[in-house]
Amino acid sequence: MNLHIHSVDGEIATLSSSLEAQLADAARFVRMHAVASIYHAGSGHPGGALSSADLLACLYGAELNVWPRGVNDPTRDRFVLSKGHAAPALYAAGAYYGFCKPKDALTLRKLNSPFQGHPHVRDLPWVETSTGSLGQGFSVALGMALGLKMLKKSARVYALLGDGELQEGEVWEAAMAAAHHGLENLCVLIDYNKLQSDAPNDKIVRLEPLAAKWRAFEWGVVEIDGHSIPEILKAFRRATATTGRPSVIIAHTTKGKGVPFMENIPAWHGSVKLMRKQAEEALTALGANDAEIKEFLDV
Amino acid sequence: MSNPALIATAGDSLREAFGKALSSLADEFPRLVVLDADIAGGTGVHHIRKSHPERLVQFGIAEQNMMAAAGGMAAVGLLPVVTSFAVFCLRAIEQARLSICYAGRNAKIVASHPGLDVGPDGGSAQALEDIAAFRAIPGMTVISPADATEMALATRAMLEFHGPIYMRTGRSPANRIFDDTHQFEIGKGQVLRDGRDLTIIACGVEVSRALIAFEQLKAEGIHARVVNMPTIKPIDTALIRKCSRETGAIVTAEDHNIYGGLGGAVAEALAATTPCPMEFVGVKDVFGASGEPDELAEYFGISASHIAEAARQVLKRKRK
Repeated sequence: MNLHIHSVDGEIATLSSSLEAQLADAARFVRMHAVASIYHAGSGHPGGALSSADLLACLYGAELNVWPRGVNDPTRDRFVLSKGHAAPALYAAGAYYGFCKPKDALTLRKLNSPFQGHPHVRDLPWVETSTGSLGQGFSVALGMALGLKMLKKSARVYALLGDGELQEGEVWEAAMAAAHHGLENLCVLIDYNKLQSDAPNDKIVRLEPLAAKWRAFEWGVVEIDGHSIPEILKAFRRATATTGRPSVIIAHTTKGKGVPFMENIPAWHGSVKLMRKQAEEALTALGANDAEIKEFLDV
Repeated sequence: MSNPALIATAGDSLREAFGKALSSLADEFPRLVVLDADIAGGTGVHHIRKSHPERLVQFGIAEQNMMAAAGGMAAVGLLPVVTSFAVFCLRAIEQARLSICYAGRNAKIVASHPGLDVGPDGGSAQALEDIAAFRAIPGMTVISPADATEMALATRAMLEFHGPIYMRTGRSPANRIFDDTHQFEIGKGQVLRDGRDLTIIACGVEVSRALIAFEQLKAEGIHARVVNMPTIKPIDTALIRKCSRETGAIVTAEDHNIYGGLGGAVAEALAATTPCPMEFVGVKDVFGASGEPDELAEYFGISASHIAEAARQVLKRKRK
């Protein structure tokens, strides 16, 4: 009996560690592809793309019930990138999981490319809505969650918000309404990298006590290390099990994560031009070998 | 006070007509949901709250969230109608731009309390900029019906139409212009009175004032053509050009700023091909004030007699 339980546990452990390894590989690809696309574009926001890479990899790789062939399935889960400036990471995650071709997504920010500087649903249906004006993606996600509930569909809705985005009044309008309507099918992730466009959050307008704010709005709250794949997966399970209220995952992250010369430096938030040497250095730091660097940068 | 130009004065307000029409259409449009920001009593949607309470979604006093959420509700297959006052629609116009129009959502915005028709609530509440602002968003259709009969027809047309629409209703009791034979089609204007001397093109509450002005002018021997132009975008360019060619002078009339509204749209339609002398009746780039709607119309220059005076002025330029 004991042996049997042990063997089942062992199997689950093996399965979960292989899933975690696959998600780590996805996150690494997301970072490398995002850096490469920003390099090719000559502009783009690397800091927030890198900080959200693990969250995006886990969403598409382990949580969202959505597949490239089912992007119009009315019962699919929805994901909204409310912090639309992290588009390079979204496109990279989409490329890894088959929603678009990796090479196509390297046309980021170019005329006639569907991979605009901020996601546009009429160019790329799988991005679910158009974002780029902070706060709105959250409200759209709330509308989707409310609508799915009214239509008696069990699909879940996820939205990824930046920390600076929480300074938008609309965010708190949506937070209040989602709790009022008991939207347990709605889960917000906050990429809490502590830096916004010009400076740390604390220097712009303070967000703390952040978890207490969401608790006061009657959300289910969990705080995690946003770069720990096991913690992200555990938070998703907890959010899915939450009843009667929406969930927020406050993911503590590092801006520019994985690229040492960018980490925790606000200058890498904004739209920047990456030089060839910087792109190579970033890819090397992310573990790319010479062949991969060539593949990403010499297209 | 009756007027031969009209079927009746002091009919239903346009907001009440809208609310009743919406309620009567709810069974026919099972995906219809109505979004409210705690002013159902003011926008007319208290009717659907009573008839179909499950269709009314309450957002509280938070128009930005409501407007963007409408985009999300449309994305999952519902037919959302956002209801608010026109000034608060302006507050959420960026949400209408991005999350409805840019995202290509089939969501509708119905704004009560536009223009001086708001009356005693005063300048803060009197949206005189909404037609101009919403008209400038790509893909947005803008409608301003003239009476309760047309409002009911426009409400049905709005729900049948695929794409974003901004529609003005109105706060105050509206004169009745149309009988049961009236027809409404998005994008089409109608000649209500024919004449060859000039054309008066009006929308919303100004249509009944234009009809009264028609009678005043007729008594002076001036034969005006009166056109009801309920769709400001896309505007009926063919009809406007025809009126320019056939009458040679145009007066526009609207309960809105003279900049960017119906007058601007008519001028844009004419400038490249068939220009003619024009006069613009509207609020002259100032804010409104408290008062009764008819007092305000006199004070700010959008009454029937102001339309008639504009007609006399434009005729002088035509004859030169």
